[in-house]
Amino acid sequence: MAENLIDIRELKKYYPVHGGIFKRHIADIKAVDGVDLKIEKGECLGLVGESGCGKTTLGKTILRLHGATSGRIYFGQSEDIIERIESLLKSENPEERQEGEKLLRQHDLTRLSRKNLLPLRKKIQIVFQDPSNSLNPRMLVKAIIAEPLIAQRLMSGKDIEKRVLELLYTVGLAKEHMMRYPHEFSGGQRQRIAIARALATYPEFILMDEPTSALDVSVQAQILNLLKKLQDEFKLTYLFVTHHLLVVKHISNRIAVMYLGKMAELGPTAEIFDKPLHPYTKALLSAIPIPDPKTKMEKIILSGDVPNPINPPSGCRFHPRCKYAKDICREVEPKLEVAEGRHQVACHRWKEIS
Amino acid sequence: MQRLIETRELYTDFFTFEGVVKALNGVSIVVNQGETYGLVGESGCGKSVSVRSMMRIVQAPGKIVGGKILLFLSKEDREKGIDILKRSEAYMESIRGNDISMIFQEASTSLNPVLSIGYQVGESFLLHRLDEMLSETIDTLKGEIESGVNIFSRLWKSFQIGMFRNELESYLKYKRRVEEIDRRLYELEDSEDSESVSERNHLNRVRDRLSKKSGLVEFVEHFPVLRRYRKKLNKTVRKHIIMLLEELGVPNPHNIVDRYPHELSGGMQQRIVIAIALACHPTLLIADEPTSNLDVTIQAQIVDLIKLLKKTTISSVLFITHDLGLVAEICDRVTVMYAGDACETTSVTELFEKPLHPYTKGLLRAVPKIDSEGELETIPGTVPNLINPPTGCRFHPRCPHAMEICSKEKPPTVEYSAGHSVACFLYSEKKDM
Amino acid sequence: MALHTAEDTIKERNVAIHPRLQEFTFSAKRFLKNPLTIIGLVIILSFAMIALFAPLIAPPQNADPYRIPHTGWKMAPSPPSAEHPLGTLEQQYDIFYGIIWGTRLAFKIGVVVVAVNLIIGIILGSVAGYFGGITDEIIMRITDMFYAIPFLVMAMALVVALGRGLKAVIITLIILGWPTYTRVIRGEILVLRDRDFVLAARASGASHLRIIFKHILPNSIYSVLIIASMNVGTIVLTAAALSFLGLGSETGYADWGQMVSMSRNWIVGPADNRLAFWYVVIIPGLVIALFVLGWNLLGDAARDVFDPKMRRR
Repeated sequence: MAENLIDIRELKKYYPVHGGIFKRHIADIKAVDGVDLKIEKGECLGLVGESGCGKTTLGKTILRLHGATSGRIYFGQSEDIIERIESLLKSENPEERQEGEKLLRQHDLTRLSRKNLLPLRKKIQIVFQDPSNSLNPRMLVKAIIAEPLIAQRLMSGKDIEKRVLELLYTVGLAKEHMMRYPHEFSGGQRQRIAIARALATYPEFILMDEPTSALDVSVQAQILNLLKKLQDEFKLTYLFVTHHLLVVKHISNRIAVMYLGKMAELGPTAEIFDKPLHPYTKALLSAIPIPDPKTKMEKIILSGDVPNPINPPSGCRFHPRCKYAKDICREVEPKLEVAEGRHQVACHRWKEIS
Repeated sequence: MQRLIETRELYTDFFTFEGVVKALNGVSIVVNQGETYGLVGESGCGKSVSVRSMMRIVQAPGKIVGGKILLFLSKEDREKGIDILKRSEAYMESIRGNDISMIFQEASTSLNPVLSIGYQVGESFLLHRLDEMLSETIDTLKGEIESGVNIFSRLWKSFQIGMFRNELESYLKYKRRVEEIDRRLYELEDSEDSESVSERNHLNRVRDRLSKKSGLVEFVEHFPVLRRYRKKLNKTVRKHIIMLLEELGVPNPHNIVDRYPHELSGGMQQRIVIAIALACHPTLLIADEPTSNLDVTIQAQIVDLIKLLKKTTISSVLFITHDLGLVAEICDRVTVMYAGDACETTSVTELFEKPLHPYTKGLLRAVPKIDSEGELETIPGTVPNLINPPTGCRFHPRCPHAMEICSKEKPPTVEYSAGHSVACFLYSEKKDM
Repeated sequence: MALHTAEDTIKERNVAIHPRLQEFTFSAKRFLKNPLTIIGLVIILSFAMIALFAPLIAPPQNADPYRIPHTGWKMAPSPPSAEHPLGTLEQQYDIFYGIIWGTRLAFKIGVVVVAVNLIIGIILGSVAGYFGGITDEIIMRITDMFYAIPFLVMAMALVVALGRGLKAVIITLIILGWPTYTRVIRGEILVLRDRDFVLAARASGASHLRIIFKHILPNSIYSVLIIASMNVGTIVLTAAALSFLGLGSETGYADWGQMVSMSRNWIVGPADNRLAFWYVVIIPGLVIALFVLGWNLLGDAARDVFDPKMRRR
């Protein structure tokens, strides 16, 4: 098995809801509610789900753009250390637990101090969904791409210019684009600039937050090809967050399906598409409009909407929309279990259904 | 096939600060009765502008600068069609929402946040199906009187009936008058002599000023207690709204009618927008990217609904989307648009099996498919700026087959085979010149 | 790139100019398209010239140049003459001299007050908007307090408390002016704080200061600069009002408000000629009005050009 670059344990992210005259804390939006996920070095993991399922929150928590409510994220730590900390944390002995907490402060991404975080910023980068929003409209392309280098004081003067030029060529832009403002570019070109910025510090991991959703089909293909090429060239690891299943199919090795803050299914891309186990994944796959009028797949049309994450359903969170739901689904929360090889699913009845 | 609406060489420009955006470059499309027609293209290709032009609701700096839009609604005008660009705004108002309804991408912005769902759907009923609602209310009132009530409520009910009759009469009178004017306008349509032009202008003005309400109704509306007679009518409307919502698969419609838009999810809001559009049984439903902001599973619900409605209630659907998958799923015939040009028009099966235009081919190859592997094929470059569009064929700078003539002349639309037309020099006789 | 659109060729021709300059010329061109803008610009530029060359136009005769020279103690103002081109106020203060040096003073008051206000407003607004929480709460409640008391009443009380005079007026206007800027900046920052490009900067490891100064302020500063340019006029007007009420500079000072105040008794002339002393009120009044008008026109034009929400759409 490949080495893990990121190891997420029991991650939770709640957004407090305040109400009343005194802005008391009245409830939590449970955006991410106990997620375990391992991202292997050099893979592209597709994170799929509908809006409000917590996929973007999960990604942004890895980047520490939001603080986590609880849970641990290990970035580039060796298996031994992770296991040691985990076992210390689970230990009965309060002293050992304390030691575990102490270790966490140095190894857990969510607890790192600002100073310790800075070196990691170099290795973790992000590409946002809408490039017209993610590029500062008052900065020149050159300054935008150089921003991570300047902010982290990695280079200076002539070196920066050289690096920016190199990056522009890498993403398929030219020298003359360096001294322009973002508004002078088309959507696809802007996304290339955003990608160049993400590449500036030689990162190991890039979070792709729906990088092609705001683009047109013909441009989307260009960007997808570019991302694939860059991954091979620089040995990058991607977490590719999207709601577009065909895009994910095209680019990722493994797919994780989220529903309402929980992981529903996780497995290699081909297996997920050929043999989906979770009823939600099945519905999701059948709902994709296929650009071919002759393949008439039978649609599974889910009734109702995604429930409110402030007050998620008990037991399996999918049960109110699931046609296979039984009493056990209403009462007991299913755990992510191994179905076959690397294919995991969180459903009580996956064996009977398939 | 019977045509329903047709555009001929439609040109729409947007007069912006940076320059004139030539959004439509002579678009000719035909939507027939009983079909689901698709308009596909990337953002900025003019698909939305086309339908907005067809409804004459192009936003501020935009203006229709040339072409014709012909409407074939009733039996009489099936031959020639009505050129709606020559008609008055009042005429358009009677068409919009009545014969042609439109739904937009953002359901949340198409709904008024301070009015209840019931009010917004009901408004559509009262605007376009007032006569039906009135006669039904009168019938229920009669039934109630016959079933025996005390003298006071009998008196009140009789008063209500009287008022509704009056309202119905004046509404029917209004309708008759409008019909007369429209018929006369239709006769005058093509004559250009000064006398008929002035008569046409006069009629258009008269039509704009016609009032639906009778004087009595307007008078009574000023009295607080008497005004309440209309409550009965609202009850009838409410019954119809609930029936309609039920038909559209809205769960618990009795509850939903009193809710406000923000209390509903995106998918539900879109259903309400569809309900408003369907309240008056339109002949044509224009759907402008109705599912682009929805999740796939919700999108599947809405698409399913539109397909079902197509079978049961509406005659034709004009579906605008950028998603070729959706096109494959619900459309019968499609026009592919690029930078203000209609490139190719054909049936859906033919589009995916035998695309002709280089842009269509490129587009189809660029879409990730279930079984595609390796690198996606792309169309090089980006969509051009329409202030300075490329000369000739607007696709030629990105076209792998570009020839000399492509940069000089706009390619004519030729019928390649039955029902399959394409605007490209590769398929026209001029090729060899 | 293989594609070569007409736009690209235009860009290439201009490549010699630095893009920032190009942006500037673009803005300037838009700026000068509106005739009202040009009027505003002409007004303010002429005032600026007058202020700059005041010692040449009206050579000072006292140790303190802001003291208007007066020839004699006659109470009734004298009409324009060769010696006094615009006439004199009561006690024979020269109106022409007062107007010229008053311009300098107006600029001094307006620019100093607005500049200090801007600095305070930007700092407090940025802190409140960016960090939020309790700091935000405290700063915003303080601004609310300022809004709760009528402006002129507060200003009068403060001037008196600070011991009258021009200095007191300036300090008062500074104390009372900053909440507007703080509020506007905070509002802008609240919108920008969660924009993707700010998140991207955070992901790049930029410090809070860098984010505020490089990413947020350049995108939000224009709305306050517009308010500031309009406020220069308003501040001068308020200072004039305070002087008129007798709280500003002392008699004989080259301050427009003071000059209007001195002509209070001469608005209406003697019974046989009601308009005998028209020049004592009309001239200083007109100058104040022109000055305020000029800044307002300029501010309006700046809004049209620099406001990112208005341009290019």
